[in-house]
Amino acid sequence: MALAPIRSRLERLGATVTSFVWRLGYASRFLVYLALHSGTALRRFRLTIAQVYFAGVLSLVIILVSGLFVGMVLALQGYETLQRFGASESLGVLVALSLVRELGPVVAGLLFASRAGSAITAEIGLMKATEQISAMEMMAVDPIARVVAPRFWGGVISMPLLAALFSASGIFGGYLVGVQLIGVDAGAFWSQMQAAVDVREDILNGVIKSVVFGVAVTWIAVFEGYDAVPTAEGVSRATTRTVVTSSLAILALDFVLTALMFTGGNH
Amino acid sequence: MNRSMIDLWVGVFVAAGLAGLLFLALKVGNLATFSTNQTYQVEAKFANIGGLKVRGPVKSAGVVVGRVADVRFDNESYEAIVSLTIDTSYRFPRDTTAKILTSGILGEQYIGLEAGGDGVMLKQGDRLRLTQSAVVLENLISQFLFNKAAEGKEPAK
Repeated sequence: MALAPIRSRLERLGATVTSFVWRLGYASRFLVYLALHSGTALRRFRLTIAQVYFAGVLSLVIILVSGLFVGMVLALQGYETLQRFGASESLGVLVALSLVRELGPVVAGLLFASRAGSAITAEIGLMKATEQISAMEMMAVDPIARVVAPRFWGGVISMPLLAALFSASGIFGGYLVGVQLIGVDAGAFWSQMQAAVDVREDILNGVIKSVVFGVAVTWIAVFEGYDAVPTAEGVSRATTRTVVTSSLAILALDFVLTALMFTGGNH
Repeated sequence: MNRSMIDLWVGVFVAAGLAGLLFLALKVGNLATFSTNQTYQVEAKFANIGGLKVRGPVKSAGVVVGRVADVRFDNESYEAIVSLTIDTSYRFPRDTTAKILTSGILGEQYIGLEAGGDGVMLKQGDRLRLTQSAVVLENLISQFLFNKAAEGKEPAK
């Protein structure tokens, strides 16, 4: 039959869609179970603190350095454009608003996904491959409560702090280039920034974004690790999937959140 | 690295993150200008508010004395009712004039208060009687053209 190859292709397409929906449902059930069994992670807070160390403290250098450079580039590019309209005094506004509203949460989230998310997936996946997870189940220790939940909460705590540090270091970078290097007036730089950036509209919404990204990235990371095929290849695939899926999730969620936050009352 | 070192670093990290948030709120944002001072509200009716926005500044002699709290439309007089929140440390006479002005040519619009000579001061809930609406560029241009056309006719008589 000539139709056979088309049919098998359609079947494969259908299988992809079905398995995606199946995994989404499994991941959601996993998240609910994780939230219900977070008691241990919060009671023995040491476990979570150790994960904040791995996910947050060890990501500090990359976050601070990237933030500094992003802010410096923003100031250089922004100055080039703004001076054409004689508005180079507004450089502070441009740097601060783009960092606090968008770049801070999004770039910090992408860096967090590739720096900490991939490590979480690889660690949990490897624990599964070396049968440490099964050993825990044998000892009647719930691996989700003991291994997954502390990593999840550690990531959720770290992400907003990292995003805030990214924005702060970016604004400092913008100040270095804009004021110290190019010579925009320091008073205008800070005062225009303070007049334009609103604490509730801009900064709080940026923090909400970073919390949402933190939950999304860490959820994807722990789920991919827990769901990984327990072989070397399976763990490597799961790690790749974590980075790809969480990057896409951050960008898609960012669009949705921006549409919700900044189109309503701002005109 | 032992446990207490991890605790120390996590403590440093959390403190630095909170300091970053505080920096954003105080140095970058306008929390410092968001005074928790006592305020009082007055209302003013305008025939046209132009591009005035909620949270826009209320200035007197160039000094910011308050913010625009609310803009509503009055269904009976077909005018805009603007609520102004003014810091209690600034007192204005009852016959103060409120004008909608523009900072610069293309700048944001704000409300300018010009003090009158009345001895009684404004208090919470008062309404400003004397207002001047925003200048709408189209009206201004059509008025100008109309005047020009009228001028052109007279010498021909």
